[in-house]
Amino acid sequence: MSLTKLVTAQADYSYGFLDAYAKRELRRRILKGIAIPGYQVPYASRELPIARGWGTGGLQVTLSLVGPESVVKVIDQGADDSVNAANLRRFVTRMSGAQTTADTRQATLIQSRHRIPEEVMQEGQVLILQVPDPEPLRAVQSDLAKAREMHADSDYGQMWLVLYEQLVRFKRYMQGASYPVLVHDRYVMSPSPIPRWDTPMLHQAAHLTILSAGREKRLYVVPPYTNVYPLEFTDVPFQVEDQREWVCLRTGAQHKFMNEIPQADGGSTYEVSDTGYADKLVAQQRGEQPWIGRTYYDDEGNFYHAGYLKPPVIPET
Amino acid sequence: MQATSNRPSSRRLDPPRIATLAPVVAVRGLRKTYGRIVAVEDVDVVAYPGEVLGIVGESGSGKSTVLRLLNLQEATDAGTYHLNAEGVTTEDLFTLDRYRQREVRVRHIGIVYQQPHLGLRMRYSSSGNVAERLLMTGERTFATLRRAANESLAVSEFPLDRADDPPAVLSGGMQQRVQLAKAIALKPALLLLDEPTTGLDVSIQATVLDTLKRLQRSRQITMVLVSHDLGVIRTLADRVMVMRGGRVVEQGLTDQILEDPQHAYTQQLVHAKL
Repeated sequence: MSLTKLVTAQADYSYGFLDAYAKRELRRRILKGIAIPGYQVPYASRELPIARGWGTGGLQVTLSLVGPESVVKVIDQGADDSVNAANLRRFVTRMSGAQTTADTRQATLIQSRHRIPEEVMQEGQVLILQVPDPEPLRAVQSDLAKAREMHADSDYGQMWLVLYEQLVRFKRYMQGASYPVLVHDRYVMSPSPIPRWDTPMLHQAAHLTILSAGREKRLYVVPPYTNVYPLEFTDVPFQVEDQREWVCLRTGAQHKFMNEIPQADGGSTYEVSDTGYADKLVAQQRGEQPWIGRTYYDDEGNFYHAGYLKPPVIPET
Repeated sequence: MQATSNRPSSRRLDPPRIATLAPVVAVRGLRKTYGRIVAVEDVDVVAYPGEVLGIVGESGSGKSTVLRLLNLQEATDAGTYHLNAEGVTTEDLFTLDRYRQREVRVRHIGIVYQQPHLGLRMRYSSSGNVAERLLMTGERTFATLRRAANESLAVSEFPLDRADDPPAVLSGGMQQRVQLAKAIALKPALLLLDEPTTGLDVSIQATVLDTLKRLQRSRQITMVLVSHDLGVIRTLADRVMVMRGGRVVEQGLTDQILEDPQHAYTQQLVHAKL
């Protein structure tokens, strides 16, 4: 048995676009990420036929995990049909022969930018989030070498100092998307720019979440059934976006994450941001019987892990 | 001399009470070089509970280096460092790993710098600057942080209606008070003062020194005060070390050193001042 026999021969085209070495490296990095939840694992980000910053991190992970049996769903800000999502989906299928879908329940691989689907994801499903900036400490420590030292020391006091300042000035946490979370009681992680609404969905989730930043060459993982808590003071709980009054124009749904659509008269209408889920609701209203799963937030707005989200407190300053 | 020898042994004076206590800080044989330059050579620093130890010397005499070493900011080349504080009583702080050194620095050592921007985040609120100390030890309750920050600011006689203003918009004297509040927030075993009033005008300097004096009386904090201003040393320090060229040239009680200096350099220093 010689090394040349063990090594895959150089081919002009390889399955899933990336060469065998790239895929092997990515899979190893993912395994390391799974072993150390929330830890940023560096990897050699490869060139792809899309520009850095357009989802190359997520795409590389998708390409290294995709197979002919896979069913791929690509989301961009909740929508399946935006240009970015459509292009990525077409590229993945051309390179791998995988099936595609807009249905969260049927997908095995979900690559997403800025949203987690409304329907509860199951064991065996993989959510791949595109990440523009993986370093949660960047706001308080611009030197990345020092930030890594702070991660090693669990030196996260400054993150709470930022929250303290927000409470003093505004009496509530001001960070909107990309709300920092503590994973497995060890690493503080930036969950990519998902809205606060989606942040609790990472906690004790049945599915595997892989977050990958192509430009920054870092990936990190939230394994299934892992504790993920937003940074908060014990007496001032974290809150998701308050959209209780908002009703979806297309489906009449409530208590789902909405897009606000400004109107000419100065008012707004709202639409469920997760188009795959909204399409199923519309189909149901037409009398069809789509396979609609349980959602993270029920129709009264209660989160599926009871007690995880607490009623709001306005701090005394 | 004859009178002394005739004195009965029962009349022998006890050593001062303070010297019978275990020292809070005991640093021995300190040495620090930067390349070819020897910044500090063979310096011992001992301070007893509730005592203020002054270090005087000209620029470049090594006094600030000593303070940086005491604050565990830099690695030393030689020497041992014992601090009589909870959890580290028996250990040589210089031999601790980086993580534990940081813990000691946060919990047991407070520092006030000459330049406020070294010790403060100028764009965060003043109360936040003080609260950061507690945050670093794992305090995660907003109300507690708020109360502790305000208490600490009150002790350093900072006007509380400005507690949420950032240090960037405060006067120099107030910035020093915020630094002081931050340094004492966790009731440290040792408070280091690096030229705390240099750069303030004379009247403000006096009120800040008043605060330090009151604080020292009420809380019995052990302080190491570095200054080139003999007035500050005279006001605050119980004991003085005079440094020159990285070495201690003379040490003793403040009054003794300032009224009756023995070493030529100290004489020069005292005369230059008076």
